[in-house]
Amino acid sequence: MIAFLALIRKDLRIFFQDRRAVIMSFVAPILIGTFFGYVFGGDGSRYNEPVRAKVLVVDQDNGPAGAAIVSGMEAEKTLEVRRVSLDEAQDLVRKGKASLAVAIPAGFGQQAMSVIGERPKLTFYVDPSRAMESKMVQGMLTGQFLRAMGRGGRMPFETIEVPLTAKRGAIYNAYAHSYGGMAIQFILFLGIDVGIGMLLDRQRGLWKRFASSPLSKWTLLGSRVVSATIIVMLILAVVFGFARIAFGVKIEGSLIGFTGICAAFGMMTASYGLFIASIGKTPQGARGLSILATLLMVMLSGAWIPSFLFPKWLQDATKVVPARWAMDGLDGMSWRGLPWTEAVLPTLVLLGFACVFGVIAVARFRWEAE
Amino acid sequence: MLSVIGLKKAYGNITAINGVSFDVGKGETIGLLGPNGAGKTTTVSIIAGLIVPDAGQVLIDGSAISGDTNPVKRRIGLVPQDLALYDELPAVANLELFAALYSISGARAAGVIDQALGLVGLTERAKDRVGTFSGGMKRRLNLAAALLHDPDVLLLDEPTVGVDPQSRNAIFDNLETLKARGKTLVYTTHYMEEAERLCDRIVIVDHGQVIANETLAGLYRQLPVSNTLLIDLECAFDPVGIQELPEVIKAEVQNNRLSVSLKDLSTGAPRVLAWLAAGGHRFENISTEAPSLENVFLTMTGRSLRDS
Repeated sequence: MIAFLALIRKDLRIFFQDRRAVIMSFVAPILIGTFFGYVFGGDGSRYNEPVRAKVLVVDQDNGPAGAAIVSGMEAEKTLEVRRVSLDEAQDLVRKGKASLAVAIPAGFGQQAMSVIGERPKLTFYVDPSRAMESKMVQGMLTGQFLRAMGRGGRMPFETIEVPLTAKRGAIYNAYAHSYGGMAIQFILFLGIDVGIGMLLDRQRGLWKRFASSPLSKWTLLGSRVVSATIIVMLILAVVFGFARIAFGVKIEGSLIGFTGICAAFGMMTASYGLFIASIGKTPQGARGLSILATLLMVMLSGAWIPSFLFPKWLQDATKVVPARWAMDGLDGMSWRGLPWTEAVLPTLVLLGFACVFGVIAVARFRWEAE
Repeated sequence: MLSVIGLKKAYGNITAINGVSFDVGKGETIGLLGPNGAGKTTTVSIIAGLIVPDAGQVLIDGSAISGDTNPVKRRIGLVPQDLALYDELPAVANLELFAALYSISGARAAGVIDQALGLVGLTERAKDRVGTFSGGMKRRLNLAAALLHDPDVLLLDEPTVGVDPQSRNAIFDNLETLKARGKTLVYTTHYMEEAERLCDRIVIVDHGQVIANETLAGLYRQLPVSNTLLIDLECAFDPVGIQELPEVIKAEVQNNRLSVSLKDLSTGAPRVLAWLAAGGHRFENISTEAPSLENVFLTMTGRSLRDS
């Protein structure tokens, strides 16, 4: 036990002495998480603010029908309408300054009112890189045109949106997701450092000293797992603590469940590091491959883009990615406000991954010192 | 104290050592001598428990070393060839960790750390980060780290590689102190002068096998010459006449230097000098050259120790 505790103390001391490691693990997730959180909706206080889509209008009709359409559009809360010439409209969309422009052609009003002859044509100029936004605005404009032309009259219904989370009154706080995601990303990078650190120890001959002492492999590996888990728990505590103070992120669900997921993710990260050490022959060789693998894992976990935006097949496929379980688990215990029972499965899955990585690491590791 | 019996180790088709055996008595210092790649480090690594041999065993007072947590390992201290230290940590923190590997902590650890740092002369640098140490200081700390658990047998794998002469002397002083305290030392090197200074007995390893296991005196006795007389002449001459003297094994002249290999220096040298005086051969300088481990290795293998 004396050796076990001394090895843990050594790992913690070396980690906290390394300014780069501390910044990367504690500061970077906060900085990047703040950015992503803001972009993806902030702390929920802007939830009821309408998102105004910018639309360019080219009124070549110049008649009462065109004017009615444009003023109807301008009255719409969700649209920000700007009247421009056709050339300017095309130029702005082409340059990406607007996602959509609609041209109301000359004679539109007359043609629209006529029951015979050709139907009038509305031309939408769209930015193909913002197709989804364009489609949404086109849908909204259709309603406006119908109303303006007197064919649709009043919309037959109004919509009411009710945010649903497990805890009453809890609203989606984008910072909860972004901080969790960025913490997961940088913690997995910490896992790489755990593995590289072991390879460096061997390169420096420290393994010879360990192997010549009456120290079991399990003590050596176990101390790494425990020290890494402690660091991971600290990182998550600091990141979510900052999120709580700065952006009101709360653990709306079970704190015990949240802690369990954090601990299981810490163990998974540590054994992932051991796995990297077992497959890498040199620190340099292991670094490149493990960074690529980690970035893929982070991407597929939903840490960057929430996994509900993935196609269905990808949502199912990414369940083989351990970080996905960590991400979903943290989301569940934070802004979704789920009870501890919902933390059991992610915790067990993460512990399972920890075991798999650990067993592979022990089986593959070259124990003999060169 | 230490018995190495029939050790064999191969890596694929390459045989690192093939049947290495020797014994080391309590308080004895042996030099494991051989060129690079001879199998010295592999032998030491097996003794230290870093490598499992394909065949053979290592016994400490009759107890075999096997398994990670074998308590017999406590009787061995390893000074690896690498500087096996954490540069990021102070010297004392390194030693606290290495003491803890042997379950030494608290006041006892503080005591043994003080002693070890005192022995290697690093007490005043105890709180400094190892990364700020010179190469020689790191070597000394590397030695101190192996002494904390007071091992009976100290394995030193080329502990002076890359150090300046001053630090080398300091390390030798430390080792002589340990020797005087009755520690058993196994010292690997390819520097003959180190082995000659420190070791009671020399085990020469070449191509993974022990080719000699003798005291220094015993090894020198195996040489066909005991000493060489070197005489700088004013003028060169044909040394055939000298070779006919009974004590002379071989005589040759190169660049006005006469080199005479003698069976016995005390009887042979006066005869050679008398012969030169009688022949009117004037000389400017006389010196002798004692046999060295280099000569021994050359005689046994036909190769130079360092260049092999």
